Amino acid sequence: MTRSFFAKTSRAVSLVAVSLLALTAAPRPAAAADDAAKRATAAAEKLARGKYLVTVAGCNDCHTPFKDGPNGPEPDMSRMLSGHPQDMVVPPAPKPQGPWIASVAATNTAWSGPWGVSFTANLTPDRETGLGKWNLRTFIDTIRTGRRMGRGRPILPPMPYPMYKHFTDADLEAIFTYLQSIPPLKNKVPEPLPPAAPSAQGG
Amino acid sequence: MSFLRLAAASLLGLVLAAPSAGRDHAAALPERLRDTGLFVAGSTTAVRPENLPYSPQYPLWSDGATKCRWLYLPPGAAIDASQPDAWEFPPGTRLWKEFGHKRPVETRYIERRADGSWRFATYLWNAAGTDAVLAPPGGVVLTLEDAPGGRYVIPSQADCLACHEGAAVPVLGVSALQLSPDRDPLVPHAEPVRAEDVDLRGLVARALVRNLPPAMLERPPRIAAASPTARAALGYLHANCGHCHNDAGPLAPLELALAQGAVDGADGPAKALRSLIGQSSRYRPQGADAGAQRVVAGRHDASVLAVRMRSRNPLVQMPPLGTQIVDGEGVALIERWIRQYLQTRKELAE
Repeated sequence: MTRSFFAKTSRAVSLVAVSLLALTAAPRPAAAADDAAKRATAAAEKLARGKYLVTVAGCNDCHTPFKDGPNGPEPDMSRMLSGHPQDMVVPPAPKPQGPWIASVAATNTAWSGPWGVSFTANLTPDRETGLGKWNLRTFIDTIRTGRRMGRGRPILPPMPYPMYKHFTDADLEAIFTYLQSIPPLKNKVPEPLPPAAPSAQGG
Repeated sequence: MSFLRLAAASLLGLVLAAPSAGRDHAAALPERLRDTGLFVAGSTTAVRPENLPYSPQYPLWSDGATKCRWLYLPPGAAIDASQPDAWEFPPGTRLWKEFGHKRPVETRYIERRADGSWRFATYLWNAAGTDAVLAPPGGVVLTLEDAPGGRYVIPSQADCLACHEGAAVPVLGVSALQLSPDRDPLVPHAEPVRAEDVDLRGLVARALVRNLPPAMLERPPRIAAASPTARAALGYLHANCGHCHNDAGPLAPLELALAQGAVDGADGPAKALRSLIGQSSRYRPQGADAGAQRVVAGRHDASVLAVRMRSRNPLVQMPPLGTQIVDGEGVALIERWIRQYLQTRKELAE
C-alpha cells in the first residue's frame, strides 16, 4: 500500500516535472509568434527611425545629386544618396575672392575650398562603389573619428561629422540600417583633389 | 615648456580631430609619466628593473624616430599564448614606447585594467628630458628642430585607437612573430638586439609567457616567404599595415590581408599575395583608369600599394596615420619586391 502510494506519487511528480520541462523548453507557438512580431516591430521602428534621421540630418542635400526641376533645383531621387556622379566633368573651381572661400557645383555634390575639392560619397549599399561591404562598426567609427572607415584618410568638408559624431550608437545603427536598405546604385565617386599649389606670382 | 608651442592643428586643420564621443580613456590617467610605474621611485629617467626592454624584429616606421620599449607584467602573472597570434595579456600589463629625436619627445603608454579593458595615453617630454606630462586627448603638433621637417605630430587618442583597435590584440609589438629569435636580416630600420632585451625564448624561460606551443621554441616563427626579399617585404607590410589591413578586424570588408601570423606557414604569404596581386583597387589615383590594381606584378609604378606608400598627401598616403615623411628605405624594399620578385596571380595559382 505504502509502496504503491509512493510509486503513484512519484509517477505523478515525474509527469508534472516532465510537463513543466516541456512547457519551459518549448515555447508555446503563440509566445514564439509574439516574439517574432515584437522583433519585426522593433526592426521596422529602427528602419523608420533611420529614414527619419537621414531625412532631417540633411544627408540628401549633398549625397543625392541635384537636378533642375519644374520648381527649380531639387534632389534627383532616382540617384538617391549615390554621391557625386562619376561621369560628371568638373572643371577647376573659380578662384576664391575676398571673403568667398568655397565653391559648390550645381549638383551640390562637388565642393571646392581650402581643403581641395571633395566629392560626396556613395552611401547606397552597392558592394563595389558604395557601402555594401561596410559593417556597423566601420560606419560608426567613420562618423566618430572623421576618418574613412574609422582608420583611413580624413573626411573633408562640408561633411558635418564634428556634429554627427554626437549621434548615439542607437541613432547611428538606425541610420546604417536604413542606408543598407535603400536601392544599391553603382557610382564610382572620384577621389578628392588636393588644394591647388600657390601660384608663382604670390598666390 | 616653451618647446611645446603648438603649430597649426594639421595640414588641413582636420586630422587632429577631437577625441571621439563615448571613449573617455583619459579618465584617471596619471598626469605624469613618472606615476605610471616606468621609473624607480624618485627618478624620471632610471627605468625599474622589472620593466623589460624588448625590440620587435619588424619596427613600425615613425619618421625616423628612435625608440625604446618596455613591458611590465604583474608579479606571478603571465601572458597566455594558447592562441599564438592573439596573446592574452593579464590585467595589470603595462607597456611603454619612447620616441625620440636626439632627446626623448613622447612616451606612449598602454595599460590593461583589472576589468580587462585597455587604455592608451601619451606623455610629452620637456626639452631638458627631465619630466613628461600627459598629452591632450586631441593630440598636438610640435615644432621640433631635430624632427624631419621641424615638425612632430603627437597623435590623438582616436588615432591611437584607430591602429591599436584594428588588430586581434591592441599590443602590436609583443607577439610570437615580432619577438622571434629568428630575426629577419633584411628588414628596414632593424634595431640591434641588446643584451638586456627579452625575446620569445626569454619570456618563456622567465615563465612570463605560458602555453606557447613547444614547437614554436624549437622552430621560432618566421614568415614562410618565397625569398629573403619577400620575407622582409611581407614583414614590413605586417608591421606597418597589418594592424588595420587584416582579415579579422574592422577593415576585413576591404579583403586586404597583410598581417602575418606565427603559425601561418605558407598560408600567410599566400593570403597576402592573393589580396594584392591583380586585385582591383578601390582607391583610384588621379589620372588612372578604372583598372587600377593594388599590385601589378613586375610594375611598381602601376601598383597602388607603392603609389600610396610614396605619398604624404594626407588624402592619399598610406599609412594614413603616424607618419609625415616617406620611408624611402621601406618603399624601396616594396618596389624592389614588386619589380623583381613577384609573379602574376596566374603563375601563383599554377
